Amino acid sequence: MAAGTSPVEDELYREIILDHWRNPRRRGHLEPADVTVEGNNPLCGDEVLLTMNVRDGSVEEIAFDGHGCSISRASASMMCDEVAGRSVGDAAELGRRFKAMMLEGGGAEDLGDLEALQGVARIPLRIKCAVLPWNALLEGLERGGGAVTTEEGPLS
Amino acid sequence: MSGTLSVTSRTARGEVALTPFFDVEAIRADFPILQRQIGDRPLVYLDSAATSQKPVQVLDAVERYYRESNSNVHRGAHTLGSEATELFEGARRRVAAFIDADPRGLVFTRNATESLNLVASSYARELLQPGDRIVLTLMEHHSNLVPWQLAAERAGLDLAFIGLTAEGRLDMEVAERLLQEPTKLLAVVHQSNVLGTVNPIRELAALAHRCGALIAVDACQSVPHMPVSVRELDVDFLAFSGHKACGPMGGGVLWARPELLDRMPPFLGGGSMIQRVELERSTWAEVPNKFEAGTPDVASAHGLAAACDYLDAIGRERIHAHEQAITGHLIEMLDEVGVDIQGPREMAERGGAVSFTMGEIHPHDIATIVDREGVAIRAGHHCCQPLMRHLGTPSTARASVYLYTTHAEIDALAAALHEVRRIMDPGTRR
Repeated sequence: MAAGTSPVEDELYREIILDHWRNPRRRGHLEPADVTVEGNNPLCGDEVLLTMNVRDGSVEEIAFDGHGCSISRASASMMCDEVAGRSVGDAAELGRRFKAMMLEGGGAEDLGDLEALQGVARIPLRIKCAVLPWNALLEGLERGGGAVTTEEGPLS
Repeated sequence: MSGTLSVTSRTARGEVALTPFFDVEAIRADFPILQRQIGDRPLVYLDSAATSQKPVQVLDAVERYYRESNSNVHRGAHTLGSEATELFEGARRRVAAFIDADPRGLVFTRNATESLNLVASSYARELLQPGDRIVLTLMEHHSNLVPWQLAAERAGLDLAFIGLTAEGRLDMEVAERLLQEPTKLLAVVHQSNVLGTVNPIRELAALAHRCGALIAVDACQSVPHMPVSVRELDVDFLAFSGHKACGPMGGGVLWARPELLDRMPPFLGGGSMIQRVELERSTWAEVPNKFEAGTPDVASAHGLAAACDYLDAIGRERIHAHEQAITGHLIEMLDEVGVDIQGPREMAERGGAVSFTMGEIHPHDIATIVDREGVAIRAGHHCCQPLMRHLGTPSTARASVYLYTTHAEIDALAAALHEVRRIMDPGTRR
């Protein structure tokens, strides 16, 4: 095997993505949690469980759990890192811009490390892996933004 | 186009001779899609368990039908109408012969899923009584599980399940025990699409019949790959999809004992399946037409008949022997890469679908990376979520072979899997 990186690594499996996959940040689930959202891709079996505590209009704490491929896990890990501490409005705006990058050919400006996931947008079958945790986030923010929603324990 | 001579070889003097030599390169020349490139790599198609590729003989048959004989069937007195009807009914006889079956029991459907739904609806839901039991197994595809769940829910039937041994074979002790108790139907897959396990259908049929049960077999992964005789297996219902056997998409098959079809009420109502229609009630056509409402996919049936001709000209014993050799090589190479094979390792009673996992590396990542090397494999739950739960993994990667698969393609998969390791395993990347 020739030294150096192949296109698939430049495009998809960049070191930062693999790092978040191997060493996911904020993995687990918060107890108690103001908001619990479960997301899944029935076609591929990926599942994400997102727990958040929203206080004074901000995402005070956030954690994810579940199972999925490197792309969905890295996307969830990077998302939780980016969103923690942001206001609900900011977090939702970030979610919309991330989804625009993945689904509508939007740019990666101001998305920081999330730019590394841009290559996934060129592989239609994998886009849903990257977007899964963000859909859960946006649903959770809508449900729990500002007000406090208490869900039953973790779904499985 | 090499026609059916594609499987013969030429002697040194250039004569065509039938020999035991399996000329995989001549076979590959019959499949135009195998010339494709994926990016800058030649296609290595290892997903035939999902659908097979189609030889030019089948493509030509479908095109010739539409160019020369297209018309609706079983209606009208014009020449094309009778040609199309003869092609369709000829296809029924041809496909029945392919599984050594009485053509009166052969129903054309859209796919094996529809075939199994037909049996679940018109037999289990309509003819069984509350409390009657259906026995299934833990290795069934959703298409041989969910239809029975629906029938059970609506008719108050009980479901029981035969479990698996550690190496992924049916636990025959459990099968014997369950089939000593009153049971109406055993529904079982012939060859698992995940594990590759080939189940002892003849033995299971004997156990089912001994306790007064019928047996329905999902033969999607067996009929394309080995000789299958419904008479020898002594089964009551058998379903398969034409598109996995070199036939066109959209053509499925149900075979049932004609006397069972006679007893079963219709599945779908409409044209072609009636004898006499009044405003309030109707009477039904003879079987199998009773179960073929509306305009059938004549081209697909005709294409499947051409696929049967193609496969039988080569010989399914020889195809099976080739696949056994290739699958043995596949298992060897997977061992060399160091993956976990999910399913039997012994070649006896095992077919050419091999599932595997690679530790923490998700099957979707495996499939994406090998795709960049031109290698097409399947990743996911393979429509077998209960089996995945039993195996303790949400999904597997699966490579599956067919008559056109070569040793070199298996080597290409192995090289691509080394690339997966290099990229994904910590410490190996540089």
